[in-house]
Amino acid sequence: MQLDAKIPGGPLEEKWDRHRFDLKLVNPANKRKFEIIVIGTGLAGGSASASLAELGYHVKTFCIQDSPRRAHSIAAQGGINAAKNYQNDGDSIWRLFYDTIKGGDFRSREANVYRLAQLSNNVIDHCVAQGIPFARDYGGLLDNRSFGGAQVSRTFYARGQTGQQLLLGAYGALMRQVAAGSVEMFPRREMLDLVIVNGQARGVVVRNLITGEMESYAADAVILTSGGYGNIYYLSTNAESSNVGACFRAYKRGAVLANPCFTQIHPTCIPHTGDHQSKLTLMSESLRNDGRVWVPRNSGDIRDPQDIPESDRFYFLEEKYPSFGNLVPRDVASRNAKDQCDAGRGVGLTRCAVYLDFSDAIQRDGKDVIAKKYGNLFEMYERITDETPYKMPMMIFPASHYTMGGLWVDYNLMSNIPGLFVLGEANFSDHGANRLGASALMQGLADGYFIIPYTIGGYFAGTILEPVTTGHAAFNQAVQEGQAKLHRLMSIQGKRTVDNIFRELGKIMWEFCGMSRNAKGLEQALQLIQSLRAEFWENVLIPGTEKDFNKSLEKAGRLADSLEFAETMVVDALARDESCGSHFRTEFQTEDGEARRDDENFCHVSIWEYQGEEERPAFHKEPLVFENVELSQRSYK
Amino acid sequence: MKKLPKTINITLKIWRQQGPKSKGHFETVPLKNVSVHMSFIEILDTVNEQLTLEGREPIAFDNDCREGICGACGAVVDGRAHGPEKATTLCQLHMRKFSDGDTIVVEPFRARAFKVVKDLVVDRSALDKIIQAGGYIAVNTGGSPDANALPIAQEMANKAMDAAACIGCGACVAACPSASAMLFVSAKVSQLALLPQGRPEAAKRAIGMVKAMDGCGFGNCSNHRECENTCPKEISIANIARLNREFFKASFASEE
Repeated sequence: MQLDAKIPGGPLEEKWDRHRFDLKLVNPANKRKFEIIVIGTGLAGGSASASLAELGYHVKTFCIQDSPRRAHSIAAQGGINAAKNYQNDGDSIWRLFYDTIKGGDFRSREANVYRLAQLSNNVIDHCVAQGIPFARDYGGLLDNRSFGGAQVSRTFYARGQTGQQLLLGAYGALMRQVAAGSVEMFPRREMLDLVIVNGQARGVVVRNLITGEMESYAADAVILTSGGYGNIYYLSTNAESSNVGACFRAYKRGAVLANPCFTQIHPTCIPHTGDHQSKLTLMSESLRNDGRVWVPRNSGDIRDPQDIPESDRFYFLEEKYPSFGNLVPRDVASRNAKDQCDAGRGVGLTRCAVYLDFSDAIQRDGKDVIAKKYGNLFEMYERITDETPYKMPMMIFPASHYTMGGLWVDYNLMSNIPGLFVLGEANFSDHGANRLGASALMQGLADGYFIIPYTIGGYFAGTILEPVTTGHAAFNQAVQEGQAKLHRLMSIQGKRTVDNIFRELGKIMWEFCGMSRNAKGLEQALQLIQSLRAEFWENVLIPGTEKDFNKSLEKAGRLADSLEFAETMVVDALARDESCGSHFRTEFQTEDGEARRDDENFCHVSIWEYQGEEERPAFHKEPLVFENVELSQRSYK
Repeated sequence: MKKLPKTINITLKIWRQQGPKSKGHFETVPLKNVSVHMSFIEILDTVNEQLTLEGREPIAFDNDCREGICGACGAVVDGRAHGPEKATTLCQLHMRKFSDGDTIVVEPFRARAFKVVKDLVVDRSALDKIIQAGGYIAVNTGGSPDANALPIAQEMANKAMDAAACIGCGACVAACPSASAMLFVSAKVSQLALLPQGRPEAAKRAIGMVKAMDGCGFGNCSNHRECENTCPKEISIANIARLNREFFKASFASEE
């Protein structure tokens, strides 16, 4: 298989401008002749749908929730990065580019990341024009704050609800196009298959989640913006309906997956309390500015935290990383917390938590200062745990949060299937092996507002598209296959519920393909996943009927995909014999326990091509070429 | 260290309704040894696991983020939309707010404009229709001036943000004796009216959104303030006053 990233030539700074000029255009009168399907209405899907409709294309947009306003981008708290340099603190497009490449541990494409940094400024301009109520200083200009992995203040924010506000901006733009008749909106639909005709993506089959009926839609191009697969761990900060399904369906139809093992585990989440737990809630990483992370020095010490004297407390991040202390990057903080719990020093009900203690900060700055900075977060914590961090140390534990891996795309954000574009978290393109805080919102909106409107035109102008309707045999076949799968699921009538099996898959992935991995564990995970998959297809119990609103059936379909996808993740983790960013293979570490990259052998994107059920996927690689930055080892000691 | 998790026994009386046209009824489900750390949504999960294993159909309910921001979840619990806890969505309501032996009544949001889809799931697409009638600033992508070209007083930005915090859950409608969506409409009208970017379309927006609200079958505001009291994001009814001002101003000035 030939995979061409289609990175334009010339100096880094000029690539995007040059490329935009080289892309062929579709004249305004002809745009209305093209139909585009968009799957998902998060930041990427909402912004893409609106922008394409503004240009004159006919857009059909689908979302899984009851309203496009509920996509999971809404839960992003912290902010959105841009290289505005409004603070006069030395920021620049180049610096944002460099921080992002380095934060990703040199496993992303220079050209894509540079373009992202360039477009970050347009994103902010557009969002302000839309009426996003960003935080402002006393003079009325935009305020910024700092985030992990950067030494400048470049993060724009709207209280702790930046994702919500940006999403509602994109949703407003989308609703405007619905009112204008340019976008047809289909809520409560789940994509079950991608339809390919003559090698081109020409439509989708979706399930109407209210009636249970299958529906077919044809188009000239399909854009997937269905988000990440962090729910593979069952417990995660993702919403319940976030799933890998749409991407995995495309994978089974020939789209290739890139770096699926790159998953981000966020260090500061509220720990779980028992088996009833359905999700984990994130606490902003800004808390690590003032909170001190510790565990009892002796394993099995079950005293209340206030009864443990200073000499019996182990401030493990401060001791191990004196220069960065509690502010080490996400991957390092998460791994260390897990190590402490594995060594029996964990705290809380399940012994799977570490303390994040604000008592020193409160003593130093006073309660009011701390309340002003973190009041809303403390309130949120108290609502969930019934304990106030003003008196008791917070308890935190890492949780699955974001996935850097995804469908492979070229510089135009098109997959290897012509006419199938992938935007936002669903693609793999910009964050390498680790994403920095406040960069997900930036990427989703840059992809949707400012990249796809150009690159899709280039595709249409340079491609011959035969007329295709839903009467085509390929649609019929996809509907038949989808229906057969649902029949099969409903007919099993076994003894275990969907959630029960899903929870077991989550535990396997967390244990063996989570924060740290090794070849032996990964091999074991492969066996466990295969036998769990076999059990699922023999023993799952799905109540209700097929042609009805049936959440259990929806979840079962997603779990079936996850049980296959999990294996691809593990295979990818096994093949990458190095540690980089979020991917920590215990066999590959430095003497003092840090990630050891192998640039000689693994400076590439790992790409996986579907080969059939129960077959190992075929491996391909896209070498990463660094012409502008020097590869360096990260150190936080 | 921590005490053992406390558990309670409760009885749920839950509304069951097969579809929009079917007749509904309450079903009683006793639950034993419920951890007080569970959220109300996790209680419904637990009930559904139990019903599934007993070969019965689980309760249909909407939910997604489970952290109080997406606005998908919601039910009337003991007569209050999102339950008894102030400023809290159903997914953030925890069982420690209930006592051992409680009987808890759970019903869908009820309003003429929200038809029941199944059990606790209602159709809130009318809220999207209201936004389509003007709940945005009509700017196309590209060509926006520099973000700092237009200073906005911090106080105004803060007020706009207070209004923009609406999650579109519809609890205000369920709580209102007239099933009005005034708090929802006023939150969006206020956010955009308070910002200079939103002024050019302010009149058109106020008239359009109110008209869409009426058209969808929502009632009018009757000053009961139940909406404000119920809103999980504590959106103030000061926004309704602002909407009224915007609407009257628009009615006098507009040619529509």
